[in-house]
Amino acid sequence: MTKVVVVRDVWKSYGKVEVVKGVSFDVEEGTTTVIFGPSGAGKSTLLRCINMLHPPDRGTVFLRDVDLTKASNKINYYRSKFGMVFQHFNLFNHMPVLDNVMIGPRVVKKIPGDQAKQIALEALEKVRMKDWCNHYPSQLSGGQKQRVGIARALAMDPEVILFDEPTSALDPELIGEVLQTMLDLAKEKKTMICVTHEMGFARAVASDMIFIDEGTVVERGSPEHFFTNPVNERTKRFLSRLTELYGRHESRSEVADEK
Amino acid sequence: MIDYLGILLEGLLVTFELSFTALGIGVILGLAAALARTYGHKPVSYLANAYIELIRGTPLTVQLFIIYFGLPSLGLLFSPTFSAIVALGINSGAYQAEYFRGAIESIGGGQMEAALSVGMSRTQAIVRVILPQALRLALPSWSNEAAYLPKYSSVAFLVTVPELLAKAKVVIAQNLKPLEVYVVVGLIYLVTIASLSKVLDTVYERYKFTVE
Amino acid sequence: MPSLLDVLPSQFGFIIEGLPVTISLTACGLGLGFLTGLPLAILRVYGGKSGRQFVAAYERVMRSVPPLVLIFLFYFGIQTTVFEIPGFLAVTLALGLCSSGYQSQIFRGALESIGSGQMDAARSLGMSKLQAIRRVIAPQALRFALPSWANELATMVKDTSLAFVVGVAELMRRADYVRAATFDPVIPFLVVAGIYFLIVFPITRIAGTWGRERKRLVAGV
Repeated sequence: MTKVVVVRDVWKSYGKVEVVKGVSFDVEEGTTTVIFGPSGAGKSTLLRCINMLHPPDRGTVFLRDVDLTKASNKINYYRSKFGMVFQHFNLFNHMPVLDNVMIGPRVVKKIPGDQAKQIALEALEKVRMKDWCNHYPSQLSGGQKQRVGIARALAMDPEVILFDEPTSALDPELIGEVLQTMLDLAKEKKTMICVTHEMGFARAVASDMIFIDEGTVVERGSPEHFFTNPVNERTKRFLSRLTELYGRHESRSEVADEK
Repeated sequence: MIDYLGILLEGLLVTFELSFTALGIGVILGLAAALARTYGHKPVSYLANAYIELIRGTPLTVQLFIIYFGLPSLGLLFSPTFSAIVALGINSGAYQAEYFRGAIESIGGGQMEAALSVGMSRTQAIVRVILPQALRLALPSWSNEAAYLPKYSSVAFLVTVPELLAKAKVVIAQNLKPLEVYVVVGLIYLVTIASLSKVLDTVYERYKFTVE
Repeated sequence: MPSLLDVLPSQFGFIIEGLPVTISLTACGLGLGFLTGLPLAILRVYGGKSGRQFVAAYERVMRSVPPLVLIFLFYFGIQTTVFEIPGFLAVTLALGLCSSGYQSQIFRGALESIGSGQMDAARSLGMSKLQAIRRVIAPQALRFALPSWANELATMVKDTSLAFVVGVAELMRRADYVRAATFDPVIPFLVVAGIYFLIVFPITRIAGTWGRERKRLVAGV
């Protein structure tokens, strides 16, 4: 299997604070990689280093065989090959849903209007938001907004989709619909890198899980590895705290699974 | 340049005289109007509102001229400086009233309810509970208005008050260098307002900590 | 000497002829302030450190210098050194620059309240910073700035009354003219105050309503 994303020894600081300290991992095509760990551990920063929104101070990021850290003159082009879904949705509030999804293909890929509209409608259909085309983001619930956010990313036909805690800002009863969408994408073998606490999701579709604490990779492996016998003490502590907190949660996402 | 700086500074003193006196008048009028609007009976509140809206809805220049030309026709003969101070004070009062009103309303009904339930009268509640907090809240925006008063006072030039701008004209009449003099005057205003802001900010910082 | 009441109708006509001039002055001054202020705000928020510092200093200066000083500076200063400058132009430049200091502040506040998430989302699609500003940030910022901007419009209308010092025949000058001609010290100014009020008051009311709307929207986001 080909490696779509290769992260090598990435370091990132904000001011004097080192947030990401020498992280390396590979992502293979068609797989879902789940990154998890305590808050403030640098996971969101790491994602933004990958699609070069905030380029790393040191280290390299490869998209297939292109070294993104050296591609600054074409970086917007390569960045469009990533899709990103945000914790706080970040929908463009001054446009209706359809325009939100259309704007990428139209303005960045320069696809003519009618074609772009088709692409957008298909993406919205996929996330089951097609009927809401003409609504504005302010009229949507959190779960609906996030699904539109996913459609916006899909419309660009990305090589990789990055998810930055996509369900953390949602009310519990809305999480299911978003997780369901993400599960569908994973089953279609889209390459995904997800920062999330949703362990049920991870157990269902992740091929790789990475535990990050204080900016470094502490442990890495398959879901079975983490849920049956994690090795590191910090990993064990974090996981037990999570299951206490989210135990009830997992059963909800399993219910969504069955829908 | 040094030789005419003295003349300009004479004007600056008058500017200060205008600004501070007008500020004082403005505080009294503004506070009264704000309280009248929030707590007064219908007719009083309405009057206060009319004052605020009429003054804020018309140019300072017009107000100045009405007072400057109008007072003598009422038989009251005052100096131009006095007319200017009255006009600036009334004008500033209307704008300050809005800052005070915003602060008073932010403090909120909850504080009033609490004070009344303890047994205070409305007046006591206003004086002892609402106002202290409201004034503290209004301090930043009020400081802003206060620091910029010297700038507004420049219109007094139009009614022959010998303030900074008027003195500038005198200087130019002699040395015929308008560009240079106006730039200098601009700088004087800039420095004055910046210093006032700084002073007020420092006062605000100190006061903020001794109270909470 | 005819009493004022006899001549009031024709004098009123004379005064109101100044209205188009006042309106054009307002439009020109406000327009200049917008064309200068918006780019400055963008520079301050998205430019580097030097951009920030420059605009901060600029705002400071433009808000501290009295409009009258600037008017005289342009009118008399340029007159004697460069070329004859009509009063209208001097006032437009002066009021426009003053306004740009305030408008820069207004738009900066709006841009900052739009939030970095919008910029992240736009760039994550592959837009350049400039594309993001043009298509995502600025449209939202302009809507957000509307209430404050309407207040600035009201202020500009009032400030145009200063134009009379350099002979521009707007409302204020005409009122003063009538005062000089009829020796009535007050009524012409009361009339002109009424005219200003009728223009300014609706604007500030609408600005107030928009302001409350905005508060409601911001809380809901």
